[in-house]
Amino acid sequence: MKLLTHNLLTSHVRGVGPRGFPLRLQATEVRINPVEFNPDFVARMIPKVEWAALREAANTLQLGEVPTEPVEGYERDEAFLRKMHHVLLEVDVLEGTLQCPESGRLFPISRGIPNMLLNDDETES
Amino acid sequence: MIDVQTKMAERALELLCLPEGQPCYLLDIGCGSGLSGDHLSESGHYWVGIDISSSMLDAALDRDTEGDLLLGDMGQGLPFKPGSFDGCISISAVQWLCNANKKTQIPAKRLYCFFTTLYSVLVRGARAILQLYPENSEQLELITTQATKAGFTGGVVVDYPNSARAKKFYLCLFSGPSTSLPKGLTENQDAEQATESAFTHQRLPHRTSRRAMVRKSREWVLEKKARRQRQGKEVRPNTQYTGRKRRPRF
Repeated sequence: MKLLTHNLLTSHVRGVGPRGFPLRLQATEVRINPVEFNPDFVARMIPKVEWAALREAANTLQLGEVPTEPVEGYERDEAFLRKMHHVLLEVDVLEGTLQCPESGRLFPISRGIPNMLLNDDETES
Repeated sequence: MIDVQTKMAERALELLCLPEGQPCYLLDIGCGSGLSGDHLSESGHYWVGIDISSSMLDAALDRDTEGDLLLGDMGQGLPFKPGSFDGCISISAVQWLCNANKKTQIPAKRLYCFFTTLYSVLVRGARAILQLYPENSEQLELITTQATKAGFTGGVVVDYPNSARAKKFYLCLFSGPSTSLPKGLTENQDAEQATESAFTHQRLPHRTSRRAMVRKSREWVLEKKARRQRQGKEVRPNTQYTGRKRRPRF
């Protein structure tokens, strides 16, 4: 699971709503995958990123310094885009857990796939 | 030999009408072993796939797909932040929402939960193209009703409607203002097929001749009896009393 995906995931346990974001990440196995750099895509994703959640996740994985917010004119700053590309798309969490901040419910991650299946009593439907 | 799934993924991507040359972040619902996802990657997009079967996802891992995979049930809602995706495709998955696997599951509720969360995770103005195999027209209607309730506009595009083998349904949902629905594919694209029947005035002389007759008059009664006799029905013989004026209190 890439950090970009983690930044967009929320908990959909019944009654949690917007308080289900962000999911607290705990990782036991992480891998770095080289991915082709696409500046257009990274630049488009920057506005969607929730920076506090990204910094928290990067700190848990000990990735080093992630900027607090996008630099002015980030679309042309290649160094910044490459750094964000590495953090968002090249870091792959293989084993770990995601925890809902409101209900405390744990979603395990196995082989890079988070298990988001809810039990009957936790679903809205 | 291109796989059917890949062909459908191609068509779904075409129907998505994403801006040219721009890499987008897409959601693949019911991604399975990632056949449709691979096509998205080849077209330069990034994607996240969700599927309920862990064995299919394991197969996707073995095929080394580029998109992120999630194990989840679409009927429980999509666990993403609002405005996460630029578009969504689904190949042969949505009809499964109509099957209630457990007694506690109500298909209509699951469909509604799915469509409302889908509406929320899509960017404003984004599209969702869902290829599905509806069992019958009632099932298709159930699905489209729930999608409309969730706030989507759009409709069903049918490709090759006259071929039993090639016929495919694509539920095209738009989350922004109404746009016109794309046309379905048909067998011969070049010939201008006359799909309407030509209108003739052949029945009109008969209609105009009867316009002169006043309803309920003796003349009208006699004409009606003659018509029914021509049709072979049993008619009472005409006498001096046929169609005579009755007392007002009749």
